[in-house]
Amino acid sequence: MAAHTESPANGSAPARGADNGIEAEGLVREFKKGPRAVDGIDLRVSPGEIYGFLGPNGAGKSTTVHMLTTLLPPTAGTARVAGHDILRDGPAVRDAIGVALQDAALDQLLTGREHMRLQAGLHGIRSDEARRRGDELLGRVGLADAADRRVGGYSGGMKRRLDLALALVHRPIVLFLDEPTTGLDIQSRHALWDEVARLSRDDGVTVFLTTQYLEEADSLADRVGIIDRGKLVAEGTPARLKAEIGRPSVEAVPADAGEVERLEAVLARFGDPLPTARGAAAVRLADGTEELAEVVRGLDAEGLRMADLKLHAPSLDDVFLAKTGRSLEGAGEQEQETGEHAREAVPA
Amino acid sequence: MSATTAALPTQIRFLAWRSLLRTARQPIVIVPPLVFPLFLLAINASGLDAATALPGFPAETYVAFALAFPFMQGSIFATNTAGTNVAQDIGTGFFNRLALTPMEGPSLLVGQLSGVLLIGTVQAIAFLGAGLAAGVEIQSGIAGALVLFALSLVICAAFGTIGLLVGLRTGSGEAVQGLFPLMFILLFLSSAALPRDLIAQDWFATVATINPVSYLIEGLRSLIIVGWDAEALALGFGVAIAIFAVSLVGSTIALRGRLVRT
Repeated sequence: MAAHTESPANGSAPARGADNGIEAEGLVREFKKGPRAVDGIDLRVSPGEIYGFLGPNGAGKSTTVHMLTTLLPPTAGTARVAGHDILRDGPAVRDAIGVALQDAALDQLLTGREHMRLQAGLHGIRSDEARRRGDELLGRVGLADAADRRVGGYSGGMKRRLDLALALVHRPIVLFLDEPTTGLDIQSRHALWDEVARLSRDDGVTVFLTTQYLEEADSLADRVGIIDRGKLVAEGTPARLKAEIGRPSVEAVPADAGEVERLEAVLARFGDPLPTARGAAAVRLADGTEELAEVVRGLDAEGLRMADLKLHAPSLDDVFLAKTGRSLEGAGEQEQETGEHAREAVPA
Repeated sequence: MSATTAALPTQIRFLAWRSLLRTARQPIVIVPPLVFPLFLLAINASGLDAATALPGFPAETYVAFALAFPFMQGSIFATNTAGTNVAQDIGTGFFNRLALTPMEGPSLLVGQLSGVLLIGTVQAIAFLGAGLAAGVEIQSGIAGALVLFALSLVICAAFGTIGLLVGLRTGSGEAVQGLFPLMFILLFLSSAALPRDLIAQDWFATVATINPVSYLIEGLRSLIIVGWDAEALALGFGVAIAIFAVSLVGSTIALRGRLVRT
């Protein structure tokens, strides 16, 4: 997905040439009695770009978002959002950004439409325009029929979609989405991705999206930054990051479970072994995809019959593994405790 | 962008609107502050009526004397309502949502108090109506009844602001609810049940004299059983405004600490 810097025809996007990028230099956040939740992050997000901030739980994603959205002062470093300094010009930053934080913070007793009215009113939008804008956004996120129902009766996906609509009510030029699809079903997730992609493509909105889902970063983001233990460990387009890792892997499951060792011996001729499920063997191919035919011939020559044989292209998880020595999912579990500490320290 | 920063009165209007909606949609917030004080009034009025025989007792019926009690008890519920609401907003993250708008601190405080004042108004109407139905005559007349309403709302605002202070400081609904028994102790250690000069126990009379709740109750009561008592009213309004002012300063400081946005 390419970055978009041109204004759309509907006039709802930032003016041509508007600075709606994000820049951060040496951003640090320390909490009392805790590790550095964010440890010197440098970022540059271009106007209109969708930037995926990928990392396990507790890596520092939410803390970074809290700092960039002015909710948490950094311990050190600087950042500019939409051309405004987050420390010196907080109100201007808040005026330019829309934010959907990790937990869709909604009032269970208000309806969707009342939320829109409150949010628009606090942003100083006149009531007739607020009503129009509210209806438009509720329709856009598929909540027109549920607009007059209290939020307490909404599903998780509906709450997330309302949260997104609320973030857009004052036509922000930069949008921060903190794990917007966590806990959503596939259908809701894809609907939200479509809307985020449309905002970037049609309205030129810059999107800063944190996620722990590889698929989300891979399919939605123009560029991805991988954060681990508060540090940015890799950054680039998903394709470039995967290309850096380069080599695909092959995973095989023998028809006879007792032949795993023989299978491993054959595969070892073609590359370095990789951890895999019990009863299977896997290697990173030394010479790329072309070797697959040789692998099949090798297995055949040894008389090994396969129940399954898969070729895996490099994924962002492979990138994470290569950069940190851990898989993304495993890292999430390991750092859960640290993440909880960081969240406690961030004002609720 | 078509949005501009909303003026303070506009922000207050929207936050007050939300607070009123929330209050109106929670029967649990409205019913107990109405029912329990009236229930206690009925018990006190029937059980302590003999107190009117004490020499120097200032009212003909105990129900007239005790009618100020539910106004005061209702105000204690205001502490709970205001404090729990703000603590809930902090806990759910709704506070962060508000912090990301151009909302200014004072509009949050005033807005949150609006729901409390709505309950206070409903309470005042209900308690006064119950008193009149029980045969109480308001000695200060219709104008006095209006002043009674005004004083009870100032007291509600004062106690509501104590709730805001604790809610903002702790972010915990449980901490706010922990205030409730403390407030009740203050209420019972005041001149709520007997005039201070008829309290036989010296320690109790001393505690009731230094307890600010006594002056709030006596201000309310003076309008019901005395008429226009300038000193009692001045003390009642003065103490209520002082509690409000101190709690408001505390709430503002707590809000500043909570609203750490740059």
